[in-house]
Amino acid sequence: METKDITQKTDTVEKKPLEKVCMICAKGALEDVYATLVMANGAVMEGIETKVFFTFFGLDGITKKSMNHLHTATTGNPAMRMPGGLPFPTLLGGLPGVESAVSTMMRKQMEELDMPPVDEFLEMITAGGGEIYACKLAVDMFKLKKEDLSDEVSDIITIGEFYEMCDGDRTQIIFT
Amino acid sequence: MEVKTIAGVQVNVSDDGYLEDMDQWNEDIAREIAKELNIELTDKHFEVLNYLRQKTKEGETLTIRKVGKSGVVDIKGLYKLFPKGPLKFSSKIAGIPKPTSCV
Repeated sequence: METKDITQKTDTVEKKPLEKVCMICAKGALEDVYATLVMANGAVMEGIETKVFFTFFGLDGITKKSMNHLHTATTGNPAMRMPGGLPFPTLLGGLPGVESAVSTMMRKQMEELDMPPVDEFLEMITAGGGEIYACKLAVDMFKLKKEDLSDEVSDIITIGEFYEMCDGDRTQIIFT
Repeated sequence: MEVKTIAGVQVNVSDDGYLEDMDQWNEDIAREIAKELNIELTDKHFEVLNYLRQKTKEGETLTIRKVGKSGVVDIKGLYKLFPKGPLKFSSKIAGIPKPTSCV
């Protein structure tokens, strides 16, 4: 029986760094929008071409009225903990004002880590050449207008138009 | 870690080419690292580099937001000075460790 030399198979593969990242944010909770913004800003800082598409409730993240007051869910969120680490009772999370207070606290903690408010985060992304888009279908559905959206939003486009921007073999689409 | 000769000086650099000891840095080293990154350093670049070095000495974690609020340069300006690597390239040229922050 013949024994094969496996070392030949370990040829070094040429590195192919990411050239473009396209993100789709469809949810409007604090953590959903921030996950998108952190990843988008991180890509811009790495010199990667970056495009972000906000749709459905994700539009809250680029709507002037709501973007700096996003909430995190205090009910139905099994990862929610009390400050000491104890489980956060869902019943408590349902009381009026609790979600708002918890969200404010979370925003404060993020600010300490130099994570900016949403409006400023969007500015940081576009300052580096990142592009922000709003979904036409969702904008129509929520009866929004261009002027309701952050000034950093380049355009209101269809998903088809967004896909057209996502060309290139070193492109990734990330759905958050 | 390896030893590399930059601008005629022997310096210790990390695997990604960041200086291990910021005190080994000088302006000629900065110019040579910048050249590798296709950046021609101006006085404005040095203003930013000195700010980064000072903050690093003070033990602060740098973010582009902090640099943008420093009064030295705004974020747009920072991207103009160090295209495609506002914090990474500037840190490399400033002779300080690779940035550890995500913002």
